[in-house]
Amino acid sequence: MSAVTEPRTPRLSANARRKLTHGGFIAIAVLYVGILVIAPLVGIAWAALKAGLSTILETLRQPDVLHAFFLTGIITVITVIVTSVFGVIVALVIARDTFPGRALMSAFVDLPLAVSPVIVGLMAVVLFGLGGWFEPWFTAHGIQILFALPSMVLVTIFICIPFVIREVVPVLKEVGVTEEEAARTLGASSLQTFFRVTLKNIRWGLLYGIALTTARSIGEIGAVLIVSGSITGQTETSTLYILRAFDQNQDQQGYIVAITLALVSIGLLIAIEIFKHRQERLQQT
Amino acid sequence: MTNTLNLTGTPIHVEGLWKRFGSFEAVKDVTFTADAGSITALLGPSGSGKSTVLRMIAGLEEPSAGRIWMEGEEHTFKTVQERRVGFVFQHFALFRHMTVSQNVAFGLSVRKQPKAEQRTRVEELLDLVQLAGFRDRYPDQLSGGQRQRVALARALAPEPKVLLLDEPFGALDARVRQELRRWLDDLHRELGVTSLLVTHDQDEALELANRVVVMHEGRVEQVGTPSEVYDDPATPFVAGFVGTANVLHGHVLGGHVQFGTHRVAGADHLEEGIEARAFVRPNDVRLATNGNGDGVRATVERIVTLGWISRVILRLPDEQVLTAELPNDELGDLGLGSTVFVDLRRAKAFREAEPETISASEPVDALAE
Repeated sequence: MSAVTEPRTPRLSANARRKLTHGGFIAIAVLYVGILVIAPLVGIAWAALKAGLSTILETLRQPDVLHAFFLTGIITVITVIVTSVFGVIVALVIARDTFPGRALMSAFVDLPLAVSPVIVGLMAVVLFGLGGWFEPWFTAHGIQILFALPSMVLVTIFICIPFVIREVVPVLKEVGVTEEEAARTLGASSLQTFFRVTLKNIRWGLLYGIALTTARSIGEIGAVLIVSGSITGQTETSTLYILRAFDQNQDQQGYIVAITLALVSIGLLIAIEIFKHRQERLQQT
Repeated sequence: MTNTLNLTGTPIHVEGLWKRFGSFEAVKDVTFTADAGSITALLGPSGSGKSTVLRMIAGLEEPSAGRIWMEGEEHTFKTVQERRVGFVFQHFALFRHMTVSQNVAFGLSVRKQPKAEQRTRVEELLDLVQLAGFRDRYPDQLSGGQRQRVALARALAPEPKVLLLDEPFGALDARVRQELRRWLDDLHRELGVTSLLVTHDQDEALELANRVVVMHEGRVEQVGTPSEVYDDPATPFVAGFVGTANVLHGHVLGGHVQFGTHRVAGADHLEEGIEARAFVRPNDVRLATNGNGDGVRATVERIVTLGWISRVILRLPDEQVLTAELPNDELGDLGLGSTVFVDLRRAKAFREAEPETISASEPVDALAE
């Protein structure tokens, strides 16, 4: 009567094992984000701060740097306005209307994400460069596209098209149309319905889209590098300035401008997050 | 309380209304009138086209054909804005980013009413729906019943000509539904605004409406008062859908429907000899333990007690199943397997060939609703 089939007691209870697995996943997630996101950020901040406050201020006061920030700012503002306005229109069409080719359009919207910015720059050169399709008309009218602000804005807009659309479409689908129908039965015009109901319902999605667009256009370099000509004090954006700083062995200035750009983008995302949480707390018990 | 809300009774008339979605015909040739100041129920199972009719009256859907009048004026081609209807949606459709008072004020503020007037009116309506203390809450902070009352106040605020209610109690639980139903009835008495109520719940329709339009597969089956629809159904569908009914299959013999060795009156309008169905309400089935001539002999198969009444399920000699409902104190010493004599007080007979969707072979199904 030997106890051959005596059940072995597991060394850990099922509950403890589940906790351990869970803990393991948390550790992996923290390490992954920590190493790949936080570490580089800390590194660049460290490199910038090492220069000391006076160098930082001096760098940020340089006319070239100020002009670069200014240019990046203009491009970003125009890009945000254009991609928001048209992005919301496109999102409404994709989410609400049915027409032949809608699925195709929905797919095309994501195209800029799949194309390297350098290629986007080259496409602009093909269209607006010497011998390009649109070049004769613009030259005849004395409008400079390439090596000037218009082409820089154009390529940045192209690259940023998907962000607002991709954020807004799912929100539109989720909130549905009944609130809009209710607004119409209450006598609201289409514009009133849009601004008072639709826009309010999609505002967080839209703001996220805008934040991503802002971050992306601040950081854009590949396409802008090709179309701008990088003329210092004229068509040199902040990222192009960083590139030149490294080329000319002025790493310190490069780090300082870089961390400034990073802080703007991160600050924007954090601000939206905080604002959203506050609003949600207000609307729930 | 006097009616200070300036709501009037406006008659609604729709004629030959059709709606096609692609090749699907959701509404087919619907005609009816809702009298000024009345409540008219559009009653039917889901997919019967009743909500589509309501949405066309509101202007949220465009009819494929037909015309809509309100107060003698054609509204078929008016925009939603011009129609001035109050619409209450099944899932409330409150503006989630606005407080209760902002929701109620919406219809006033889009019409650019002065702020002071808006405030007075909002207060008045919040008092009416007993939600004055909730004016600064957001919809997420309210219960289902409260949300529906806000939706109603919001719909009434811009002085609509008519009130359209699309399954207004459908998303609420049974107790709240009962309460709100009674409350809506009182409110309607007070306001007298012409109301159209879409519902799949026959109790709701019979309790609230002055007139019931029974719809089925996009068509109107019958228009009548609740008692007409209940007591004198025009079609087999109405007989099976409004209230519950036993369906007994047989053939016409001398103005009766004959099944097995028994028969029930009410087939005078049918030709002799054809196959027929008799619809009998469970409360029209009388049971007696001793036979007196005409009674049908049946065996008790099951007894279910539902509060103060009991449902007795009987098997007839020809194997058809019959359900009776009677007060508990009339059950006597009835038990499983007892033999009883059944007296069918009233029946409504239809020819077997007439189309009908509720499964005729399983009479208990018709009682499940």
